[in-house]
Amino acid sequence: MGGYLSVVIYLVMIVAFAIVSLAVARVLRPRRPFAAKLQTYECGAEPFGQAWVQFPVGFYLVALLFIVFDALAVFLFPWVLALRGLGMWAVVAMVVFLAILGLGWFYAFRERLLEWQ
Amino acid sequence: MEWLTPLVAPFIVLNAIIGIVTYVTLLERKFAARMQSRVGPYRVGPHGLLQPIADAIKLMMKEDVVPTAVDRPVYNLAPIVFLVPCMLIFATIPFAPGLGVADLNIGILFFLAVSAMEIVGLFMAGWGSNNKYALLSAMRAVNQVISYDLPFIFSALVPVLLAGSLRLSDIAAAQAGLWFVFYPVVGQLAFIAFIVSTVAAENRAPFDILEAESELVAGFRVEYSGMKFAIIQLAEYAHVVGASFLGALLFLGAWAGPGPEWLGPGWFLLKAMFVFLLVTWVRWSFVRIRVDQILALSWKVLLPATLVLLIAAAIVVVWRGTPGV
Amino acid sequence: MPETIAFYVFSAIAIGASALVIGQRNPMHSVLLLIASFGALAGLYIQLDAPFVAVAQIIIYAGAIMVLFLFVVMLLNAPQEDAAEWDRTHPLRQGVLARFGSLLALLLVVELVWALLGTSDVDRPVGEQAGAAGSVRALGKVLFTEYVFPFEATSVLILVAMVGAVVLARRESDES
Repeated sequence: MGGYLSVVIYLVMIVAFAIVSLAVARVLRPRRPFAAKLQTYECGAEPFGQAWVQFPVGFYLVALLFIVFDALAVFLFPWVLALRGLGMWAVVAMVVFLAILGLGWFYAFRERLLEWQ
Repeated sequence: MEWLTPLVAPFIVLNAIIGIVTYVTLLERKFAARMQSRVGPYRVGPHGLLQPIADAIKLMMKEDVVPTAVDRPVYNLAPIVFLVPCMLIFATIPFAPGLGVADLNIGILFFLAVSAMEIVGLFMAGWGSNNKYALLSAMRAVNQVISYDLPFIFSALVPVLLAGSLRLSDIAAAQAGLWFVFYPVVGQLAFIAFIVSTVAAENRAPFDILEAESELVAGFRVEYSGMKFAIIQLAEYAHVVGASFLGALLFLGAWAGPGPEWLGPGWFLLKAMFVFLLVTWVRWSFVRIRVDQILALSWKVLLPATLVLLIAAAIVVVWRGTPGV
Repeated sequence: MPETIAFYVFSAIAIGASALVIGQRNPMHSVLLLIASFGALAGLYIQLDAPFVAVAQIIIYAGAIMVLFLFVVMLLNAPQEDAAEWDRTHPLRQGVLARFGSLLALLLVVELVWALLGTSDVDRPVGEQAGAAGSVRALGKVLFTEYVFPFEATSVLILVAMVGAVVLARRESDES
């Protein structure tokens, strides 16, 4: 548990560093706002509307694929470690696992889903 | 004084990393300048050596312009949320035997998990800005980071497999005889995949569509100025440097090198900078590729290739009966 | 002592963030708070001596699933619930249904209390109880010998999810 305590202390220090440097800058910097300066930046043109617009479904599909293979990654960690004790048997088990996932990958590939749309 | 010990290591590491990252910006600018037959920063201090300090002071004195349209809590928290994972990845890296914040027995897992969390701060910055460039940039960035995170994990698992341990100091020690980059075939291929996914996951050219200066100006950080901008830049470079250290540790033997033992951290830093310059060299050499090409490269080529490589490495290890740690 | 402090800090973040998730009008704020809650949960898993579960929590939930949530919010483009209107007219807010909802919530509380009282050995670390949960290597050994069939079955489950995603996406692109 001692190792993790150091990590938590390190984490607290990072946050402290960020807050302290932001606070110091707050004291040092000038502050002269006016309406035009505080406009949203759109390369000088008058900004129109909000930026929060609807995004295409393509992003969502990449995220779905990501979850699938992330789950695979989580299985790979114990596999990599247990490999030496278990030998070829573990390799075969993982190859079967990957082959079944590969079917899905191949289907997505054939349906042109791995391409950006 | 007993209670002080857990405080000392994180404090030293944090300051060392901030120092290294600050000077890495100068290294990159000098290197890029040389590649383009320029001199680079030269005026501040001898050979521009004080330039990063001047930059830091300048950014600290700059006015902090917060546009009225932003989502304030998200916008203000984003730099901190972005900085935390980018600095936290150094927590499990041993800079020499026994020298680091914490040499956890799940070291590399910790690195990979925390490293991917950078997308949260990045997305908060882009979305909180309520700026069209920023949001589009953040969406592209998240998309790209998650696409290349998988080949990054899989290629990083090859050295883990060869060493048989998740503890980073074990992986470094396992390379005493042979650096994993010299491991026949498997090592070189994994190293190449690792470098390509690092370049892409760090959103650097030729994979820099999230910024693409001519299209999206400064990308997700366009509405940030002053110290908040400085923290975002620091975090970004820290992430690249962290990945460089990981690359040097996984493939280049970490602190191994000629000379006395206390030179170890020096060798490690040198190798990490070599990996960093490799990434920088790619950045300044190739033209930007399109978003569909970026995604296709990851999902169609790198992902299956790294998985096949991992299986091949497993077969080699089991066949040869290479002992683990 | 530091462990106790860390436990209360992590728990406070987890519970506080989860409560705030429900209270937000803006779905994006809810998603971001949920990430904070998941991060704190990972800290609690580490305290339970199950670091691999903590890492899996970060990688799968705080990473992948949250990205999916973010993209869904962006896809639906619902920056604000029209709260005032919604509050008054939504069918779920009407008398009988609202009372039924409260009853369900009460049942949940009773069930939680009952489950907590029924657990006798909560004060022992998980790693001690399960043995495998603490060590990734031990987990791998068990997973690829004793539980190899469920492991392979998982791949079929993931395959089904993948095929489902592909079919959904294909329909989407056919329409456009």
